[in-house]
Amino acid sequence: MLDAADRRLLAEFQHHFPLVPEPYAELAGRLGMDESEVLERLAALKASGHISRVGAVFTPHKVGASTLAAMAVPPEWLESIAELVSAYPEVNHNYQRDHRLNLWFVVAAPGRDEVRAVLDDISARTGIAVLDLPLLEDFHIDLGFDIRWS
Amino acid sequence: MELSDREHALIAALCDGLPLDSRPYRALGERVGMGEAEVLACLEAMARDGIIRRLGVIVRHHELGYRANAMVVWDIPDAEVGAVGRLLGNAPEVTLCYRRPRRPPDWTYNLFTMVHGRDRESVAAAIEALADREGLAHHPRQVLFSLRRFKQCGARYGRRREAAE
Repeated sequence: MLDAADRRLLAEFQHHFPLVPEPYAELAGRLGMDESEVLERLAALKASGHISRVGAVFTPHKVGASTLAAMAVPPEWLESIAELVSAYPEVNHNYQRDHRLNLWFVVAAPGRDEVRAVLDDISARTGIAVLDLPLLEDFHIDLGFDIRWS
Repeated sequence: MELSDREHALIAALCDGLPLDSRPYRALGERVGMGEAEVLACLEAMARDGIIRRLGVIVRHHELGYRANAMVVWDIPDAEVGAVGRLLGNAPEVTLCYRRPRRPPDWTYNLFTMVHGRDRESVAAAIEALADREGLAHHPRQVLFSLRRFKQCGARYGRRREAAE
């Protein structure tokens, strides 16, 4: 179970993480804890899957290239094709959605050619067309995820 | 904006996350042959130039109890999509808002938004309310709920050799 201190760690440090030599000590100071407690709590939150990491979200297309891809997979093949798709290191999100186009995934790579090559490879290996829907414009200011605890 | 090989190496190292170590930037630098001060300067510059959009704790919605995740797609006339995109991008329910190309005849939607919630019913109701409030109820839209998550991790922008696990 998450306690109040965990919730603050999750809610207040999704952006503007301190760029100072000892950032966890700074967090600890703001939360009134020891640095070791902050580190232990973050490790526990990572182990429990509540956080994926402390890290950076890069602005799409400023570093490398990416796209959202979609496929209409026959239901009986979905599991095996999803596994094939997830195995690419370039694929970072892969979801089944309730639509005729039932497999949706994000491909990120250093350049547009590498992204295209992954899509072509998946299409060639599965015999299923892959829809390529690259980002054209981003309208959202990303301050992290607004968690409502109720 | 051209990034140097050193910056690319740092980005690749950062894709795994910042070490949970008292001096995480020093530890990160050790992996790519940079000193702590250089890592900090480099990250500051990337944040300033908008290459890094956000640095911090990256949460996983599902594990936080947000079990319903809907991709809401809208077919908005090209002349209006910029204005509608800005409107939806600022809406409190929306966590991502992107314009993407149409691919007719398979795909005719050009604006993509994500809405997360505790359950399907509350997310469906929130989307309905959002469309009404913003005056978008007359535009064609579809709601694609996620049924299963096969993979979720950070993007690996590093070159394959550097990103190899």
